[in-house]
Amino acid sequence: MYEKDGEKYFVVDGHTHFWDASPENTSNKYGEGFIKCFYDYHANLSPEEYLWPLDKYRKYSEDDLMRDLFEEGYVDVAIFQPTYLTDFYANGFNTTEGNAVIKNKHPDKFILNGAWDPRDGDQGLEHFEAMVAKYNLKGAKLYTAEWKGDSKGWKLTDPESYRYLEKCRELGVNKIHVHKGPTIWPLNRDSFDVADVDGAATDFPELTFVVEHCGLPRLEDFCWIATQETNVWAGLAVVIPFIHTRPRQFAKWLGEMLYWVGEDKITFASDYALWSPKWLVEQFVDMQMPEDLVPEYGELTPDIKRRSSDSTWRASTTSRCPMRSPGPRRTRPPTTGPPRSRHDQSRRRAHGSRHRARS
Amino acid sequence: MISHGAVRTALATVRDPELDEPLTELGFVASVEISEHSVRVRLRLPTYFCAPNFAYMMTADARTALEAVPGVKSVEVALIDHHASHEISSGVRAGRGFVESFPGEATDELDELRRLFQAKAFIARQGRLCAELTQRGFTAAQMSSLLLGDLPECEDTSAYLARCEELGLESSADAPFIVDAAGRVPPKESIETHLRFARAVSVSLETNASFCKGLLATRYGSTEEATA
Repeated sequence: MYEKDGEKYFVVDGHTHFWDASPENTSNKYGEGFIKCFYDYHANLSPEEYLWPLDKYRKYSEDDLMRDLFEEGYVDVAIFQPTYLTDFYANGFNTTEGNAVIKNKHPDKFILNGAWDPRDGDQGLEHFEAMVAKYNLKGAKLYTAEWKGDSKGWKLTDPESYRYLEKCRELGVNKIHVHKGPTIWPLNRDSFDVADVDGAATDFPELTFVVEHCGLPRLEDFCWIATQETNVWAGLAVVIPFIHTRPRQFAKWLGEMLYWVGEDKITFASDYALWSPKWLVEQFVDMQMPEDLVPEYGELTPDIKRRSSDSTWRASTTSRCPMRSPGPRRTRPPTTGPPRSRHDQSRRRAHGSRHRARS
Repeated sequence: MISHGAVRTALATVRDPELDEPLTELGFVASVEISEHSVRVRLRLPTYFCAPNFAYMMTADARTALEAVPGVKSVEVALIDHHASHEISSGVRAGRGFVESFPGEATDELDELRRLFQAKAFIARQGRLCAELTQRGFTAAQMSSLLLGDLPECEDTSAYLARCEELGLESSADAPFIVDAAGRVPPKESIETHLRFARAVSVSLETNASFCKGLLATRYGSTEEATA
């Protein structure tokens, strides 16, 4: 629990890893390129005092993980998101099996997610089902841009993918975290396109699709889809560290998220070990909307920040909402006008009192 | 002898389609070598995994732009430090086209993709202009009744008009300002949503460009090009 200025924040870190990109585990130049690209992300957006040397970044210890998340990082519950990348790393980059070892030692601190790849066919489906039974998984991380043999990616709306989504529905694996990335086939199309989320979210209303990185670099497409589909959420991983080096840019980005998606469907996420939650939590809680952007986006109240930092938890614990206080809500100027989609209509109803309060 | 200035001017006409900024300003030109009638340019990108389709477009566009420079008889554009460096550099050198450079992985050339991002760039420019007009006190309704000739004379307006022309849209002074990428005036009841969306597109491009520049600086230590 993080406390600041009399406000309490229950912190769910929606996106964490325990990876191994050590030279011994790296299979080829692509694995080498991948971790170096990750390291540049880390180096570019982290405050200097949180910079790691590359060799530690390639493989860090369990002690590092526990300290950075829970002892120093204010995290109450962390969600492990696996990223197998077995074409790049011999034993995988970050696997559910590896994460499970840590979770077993600290069962209350971690939520374990699985992964599947529709290109694995029947065998993969059976394996996923066995993993769900073994680890009691409630979510899955999908990486549509992952390479496999000759294939450079897949789409959520592929018929094979629908078989897996069907299985998720059947097994109650209802949080589908989708990472979009480059090099999806065919290569002449926009590889960051998030349009397949739209189709899948419509066809599987029981599942929640958390679009990791808010669709970065396709914010606009993501916002449009999230407006149409009430079961599409925004994961802040990779976007939130902009708060340090590009605070104004992050403020605008968050403003867009709050407008199109809403704080109850935004999930705080460090993407550890890309970045450390300690400074992200501290800066997020301290953050204010720049004055000249307030007319466009509204103020950032403690309640908005709280709801973004524990949204996953509230959604997964249906009985009650921990740490939700009936404090003041964000106000939005009436000049923004009525949005048009069905999702926005319900948002507008829910927020009607705020509009009245201002007029 | 080819002038270095003419080469730079040519490269400055080539934009990253996703970011709508010239390669020269993004720091993507790693080096330029000129010897008598030939010019050799190396391009670099922020990450090893930048999308190969856009990388191909920039490499091919740079070649086309350089071929038009007076005195140039041979051009070589190479993309460095990228997972598809070889496919892209050799494909562009041989004039093979995208589909042939990535056999089995691409089903079409990149015209449709280019058009899609020209449309995004156009909407983003509109969103940026609207943000400026909002600061000057214009309401959505007022903005929607503006004509292109009413826009303030500034760099953003010229860039916006250039994007209109690129898309084949009306760019005369008496054409309406707020249109979608197909040139249609949005219906009155959806003007707010149109403007909100344009703002989101401009925030998106701005953020992407800022992130890409940052990653490039981290990767190469600086965004200054080395010239030889």
